[in-house]
Amino acid sequence: MRAAPTRVPRPGRIVLVAVLVLAAVYFLLPVYWLAVAATKSNSSLYGSFGLWFDDPRLWQNLKDVFTYNGHIFPRWALNSLLYAGVGAVAATLLSAAAGFALAKYRFRGREAVFKCVLAGVLLPSTALALPLYLMFGKIGLTNSYWGVLIPSVVSPFGVYLCRIYAESAVPDTLLEAARVDGAGEERIFFTVVLRIMSPALVTVFLFQFVHIWNNYFLPLVMLSDDRKYPITLGLVTWQQAADRFPELTQYTVGGAFVSVIPLAVAMLVLQRYWRTGLTEGSVKE
Amino acid sequence: MTTTTSGGKRTPAPPASAATRRRARPDRKAWRFLAPFLAVYVFAMILPILYALYQSLLRVERSGPLGLGEPSVGFAGLDNYALALQQTAFLEGFGRVLLFGAVQVPVMLLLALTLALLLDQVSDRWASLMRAAYFLPYGIPGVIATLLWGFLYVPGISPINDLLGDMGLQPDFLGYDNVLWSLANIVVWEFAGYNMLVIVAQLKSIPQELYEAARIDGAGPWQTALRIKIPLIRPALVLTCVFSIIGTLQLFAEPLVLKKLAPAVTTDFTPNLSAYFDAFANANVYLAAAKSVLLAVVAMVLSFGFLSLVGRGRKGGDR
Repeated sequence: MRAAPTRVPRPGRIVLVAVLVLAAVYFLLPVYWLAVAATKSNSSLYGSFGLWFDDPRLWQNLKDVFTYNGHIFPRWALNSLLYAGVGAVAATLLSAAAGFALAKYRFRGREAVFKCVLAGVLLPSTALALPLYLMFGKIGLTNSYWGVLIPSVVSPFGVYLCRIYAESAVPDTLLEAARVDGAGEERIFFTVVLRIMSPALVTVFLFQFVHIWNNYFLPLVMLSDDRKYPITLGLVTWQQAADRFPELTQYTVGGAFVSVIPLAVAMLVLQRYWRTGLTEGSVKE
Repeated sequence: MTTTTSGGKRTPAPPASAATRRRARPDRKAWRFLAPFLAVYVFAMILPILYALYQSLLRVERSGPLGLGEPSVGFAGLDNYALALQQTAFLEGFGRVLLFGAVQVPVMLLLALTLALLLDQVSDRWASLMRAAYFLPYGIPGVIATLLWGFLYVPGISPINDLLGDMGLQPDFLGYDNVLWSLANIVVWEFAGYNMLVIVAQLKSIPQELYEAARIDGAGPWQTALRIKIPLIRPALVLTCVFSIIGTLQLFAEPLVLKKLAPAVTTDFTPNLSAYFDAFANANVYLAAAKSVLLAVVAMVLSFGFLSLVGRGRKGGDR
């Protein structure tokens, strides 16, 4: 897009590249180890050097991971996809509507609502997991898909982002023109506003998807039936049981490998979308 | 929070239509758009907090001689809070995460800032490749990152231990003295790339003319970074710092997973772990509720405190 603003002199450049490469090694090494380890048998996991292959048998390992305990692993993967996919879509829509309302209407209580949302941004989500469990236990929502899904659709940070974005990106004149044409508010929102806000919506969706996918505390306290577990919870139960069932060590490694691939690919491909909207001033192009 | 409207296309409306417009503007409809979010927000955020506040004021009381009668739930006042604050292990857990944060947050943000500034100096193709590599760990769930690093810490499996062993070193990553910093390494690994990306986003929004002006004034890359870039990306630094502080206090999944490998990680290692084990291992949800409330309060006070400190600093600096 643009040339580097100031050129660094030559010896400095070598140091610069060396530091950048060293950092890349630090961030990629564990993932590389995982890819190598996923091809090993349980015994060569302990018996061979960790950073190189030893009698690779990836296909057999993956088959073991997927079939173990009545195909529980693919079920966990689908659960994760369900929680993160449905939760993030719903969270994005709710945030868009709320952010749009806060940005484009003038009504009493607007600032109070916004302050309330901001407080929600600063509230640690794991401090909320136990209270949620206590309350949902009272009304019978624990150990159900709803117990994990309902809290996942609340994204105060998403509302905050959507408000800032809508404020600058959705022109008042456009809304007024649509009203003059006789379009109702809902119709304007769904046909015009959502399209204009789409860059912010992508960011909110990705943010919330990763947040739900990575969440551990909430499903841990909410769910007791392992057929409703997401991947994170399932893999940890394997790791914790590995001292009784040694083959689970390899299954944990293999399962971790499988679960890292889709998100790693998504990160690499979607990385550019994170540029917009994550900081307050960066809404403008 | 300044927002800019793109372009100057807005033309002043003629006064006559402004009056009709005000009438046409259906501001009351705003609540229809807000309602779905607010409903879930109240149900899944505000009510649980109120319920936890209420629960934190209760306790199980046993009646009859020697307390052998039917247990019943009674009002405890602030006793649960007093009990939590008297538990040395719980307070030590708070101290531990504060110490952890005081070291880990600056290290991580310094790494993120350094990488972001260095990436600004290389060609775009290199930069996007490297950026992707640094950002990758963010997509890996904390528990899986911990499983991964756990394997890299455990003697026998870990290639790091093997290599260091060849050099005559016997590192004990999971020992009593080191486990906190081994944990810090995991958190840095997970989030440094994410924070770097936030900083990069803000760096990209700096107008090119500023660089031109700096070059004409004879500023080298160092001066440009220190005098222009760092002051202008201050909002990104504040944002990442606040989220890091909140994240640190909540430390839970990483130590819980590492606990299986490292006996040094006790059930009171962090405040969140302490509350979790009170609720599920000790079956004292009322004490756990009190601890959750304490944690939330401390997190809010710290992040609000930091924000107001920064806000005041900015006002003073501008004058």
